[in-house]
Amino acid sequence: MRFVDEYRDADRARALAAAIARLCDPGREYKFMEVCGGHTHTIYKHGLADHLPENVTLVHGPGCPVCVIPMGRVDDAIHIAERDDVIMTSFGDMMRVPGGRGSFFDSKAHGADIRMVYSPLDALKIARQNPDKKVVFLAIGFETTAPSTAMTMLRAKAEGLGNFSVFCNHVTIIPAIKAILDSPDLRLDGFIGPGHVSTVIGCRPYEFIAREYGKPLVVAGFEPLDILRSIHLLLTQLAEGRSEVENQYGRVVPWEGNPRALRVIAETMEPRPYFEWRGLGFISHSALRVRDAYAGFDAERIFDIPGGRVADPKACQCGEVLKGVLKPWECKVFGTACTPETPIGTCMVSSEGACAAYYNFGRFTRDRVREATRD
Amino acid sequence: MTERSAEWAEAAVREHAHLGAADREEQVLERIERARRGRTRLREDAITLAHGSGGKATHTLIEAVFLDAFRNPLLEPLDDGARFGVDGASLVFTTDSYVVSPLFFPGGDIGDLAVNGTVNDLAVSGAEPLHLSAGFILEEGFAVADLRRVVASMRAAAETAGVRIVTGDTKVVQRGKADGCYISTAGIGVVRRPLGGEVRPGDAVLVSGPIGEHGVTIMLARGELDIESDLASDTAPLNGLVTALLDACGDGVRRMRDATRGGVATVLNEVAGDAGVAVVVDEDAIPVRPDVRGACELLGIDPLYVACEGRMVAIVSGDSAGDALAALRSHPLGEGAAIVGRIKADPPGLVLLRTAFGGTRIVDLLVGDPLPRIC
Amino acid sequence: MCLGIPGEIVEILPDQPDLAKVDVSGVRRAINIGLITDDEPRPGDWILIHVGFALSKIDEAEAKATLDFLEGVGQAYADEMEALRESGIE
Repeated sequence: MRFVDEYRDADRARALAAAIARLCDPGREYKFMEVCGGHTHTIYKHGLADHLPENVTLVHGPGCPVCVIPMGRVDDAIHIAERDDVIMTSFGDMMRVPGGRGSFFDSKAHGADIRMVYSPLDALKIARQNPDKKVVFLAIGFETTAPSTAMTMLRAKAEGLGNFSVFCNHVTIIPAIKAILDSPDLRLDGFIGPGHVSTVIGCRPYEFIAREYGKPLVVAGFEPLDILRSIHLLLTQLAEGRSEVENQYGRVVPWEGNPRALRVIAETMEPRPYFEWRGLGFISHSALRVRDAYAGFDAERIFDIPGGRVADPKACQCGEVLKGVLKPWECKVFGTACTPETPIGTCMVSSEGACAAYYNFGRFTRDRVREATRD
Repeated sequence: MTERSAEWAEAAVREHAHLGAADREEQVLERIERARRGRTRLREDAITLAHGSGGKATHTLIEAVFLDAFRNPLLEPLDDGARFGVDGASLVFTTDSYVVSPLFFPGGDIGDLAVNGTVNDLAVSGAEPLHLSAGFILEEGFAVADLRRVVASMRAAAETAGVRIVTGDTKVVQRGKADGCYISTAGIGVVRRPLGGEVRPGDAVLVSGPIGEHGVTIMLARGELDIESDLASDTAPLNGLVTALLDACGDGVRRMRDATRGGVATVLNEVAGDAGVAVVVDEDAIPVRPDVRGACELLGIDPLYVACEGRMVAIVSGDSAGDALAALRSHPLGEGAAIVGRIKADPPGLVLLRTAFGGTRIVDLLVGDPLPRIC
Repeated sequence: MCLGIPGEIVEILPDQPDLAKVDVSGVRRAINIGLITDDEPRPGDWILIHVGFALSKIDEAEAKATLDFLEGVGQAYADEMEALRESGIE
């Protein structure tokens, strides 16, 4: 595949790994956060850590929209989905995410009409085909996904489609990064910036991170060589005593982002005063809701929603793990009450969550795996 | 905002409270190992789609409900078929049910799936397929013309495989209680030559052709994803291919599995678990058609977990790997065969993938079906 | 977050100019290009697809620059390995 395979080449990776090793001060520990869950996925899928020196650690950030969606919102969505006149739609990612009373899959098993879609436009199609039902799209995702939801609402309005609405759970990345930067026990040396969010918001919104917090950030692509190159750029900045925003993913991310995408978001949605993130708590202005002008497409206004908060068990220490303060195994419930089969906390929900990854891979030292995979 | 707790999560915490917090990493890892080896518990109070996926949820269901109730030495290996002797003859007996939507898809229909699937379960057990039964559950209103079409392809598939359908059953359920037509087949076969014993370190791992074509074809044929392709199901009877392999390698063949639900990844995990060995595979060596890869990239799923209906995984002794490959490739159904990996001693029970990028990762069982994702 | 996949525009649908047929390694889907109309997408262009929408047009020159850099690092590494090997022989 073009624009994919050339960034997955093992020889180039080995060369870049050697260059990275040369840049590292062996007496120093480096901790970088990849903000985006897509990067975490790439790191695991390709075994990227095998190309990094032992003293470079990657901390998995909050950029996984299904991991950070609070259980109360999942319960609200299920509350809507269980109405007889409703068809609930969402991305496959949402199906297994647990709320306080189970997941979409559990609810589907008990009779709710919940369908997976590839695109919000597919939900619109379902609405056209089922005029006697109310079709709700559970919108999740960062600024990458919000423009698609916005375009879908614009289209619904243009068509005068009265039976379509959006249960909006879009979140915004900058307040989450700021919350992490402001946490007193944090120690990070830099950020691997979210590439696809940046196609929309551009690179400017990150400048305060370099300027005010003195941390370098490199907007990175999603192929493994993109991430290695971004780590290389971060280490170069550290070696030269710089902290800047750089764009490694220029082939896709324009510095100014996508103004049209930002316009359609602003036309249909506005910031919420605050929103809860699982593991991080309430963060102000960190999510979007549907604007008054589109109230007819806002599931939160159309349906009576309980709207309560579901607290994570006190023993769950996802917040500390997310910020890299605790290692997964140091959490009180890791591997006992909280496992990949019954994930209690956000870090265990997705297979790329820090805890799920550790649960599956952490038992094996690099030496043991290296020995097994030797020719 | 009201606040409540997630009862299921609190219950899980209470249940494990006696274990207390671990103070050493090794302690946590031991607990995980113990939990993995222990009896699986079915936590859900209703069946979900994940229980039919072939992944972890299916394994849990089988062990906690079926094996628990039926336990006997023939069932216990949980193989594709049960093997037993009658008056000096060694027989294999197997059964499988077929539910597929849509019933007709590029490359086949539910009829040839139902015949090929059972033929293949017998063939990979090392048996020569003899006779099949066919049970039909039909929905009131199902078109007779469609039934004739399904039955005609069953006859054609049986002729190709050299088996006869010798007994059957028909039931009709009310409209809305089934999806057109479900078929259940059982088969009996005779073992003429035994396989070459336990899988052991030094053995080679082969697949008989490009993976994932059936599963992706079905996903796209449902039409909900609106993706066009030229893909067709790989459904085919494997008994001829198995014979070619056994002729060439004799008791160099240790084990064969057809890679149906859960795909090649699931089969490899079963091999690793049953034999207590590590399976190490090379991503580069695994044959995947470009369009299967394209569809998988677009949907965010891994072809390793996608079902095939005419592909098998064979474990052969290291010495016979070359002969096995040549034998498979000399058969029309094995033209795309490849040696994809080998068996190692450590770490036992695990499937390790050497990625094309030069890294390593664990290929675990999925909990349920691979779902299209956006994150 | 945010799975994004590159695909090549095969055609702009004549009856719906907001939609383009896009090829991803041999499979095709109609993709909404309403978010990148300022870039005047046309057949042969590569775009980044997310949930059925094109988010940006892929900049070929930038892609080449990234690859050229990687090529350079690779070459330097190969030369170094070669030098190491030769010094080992002596």
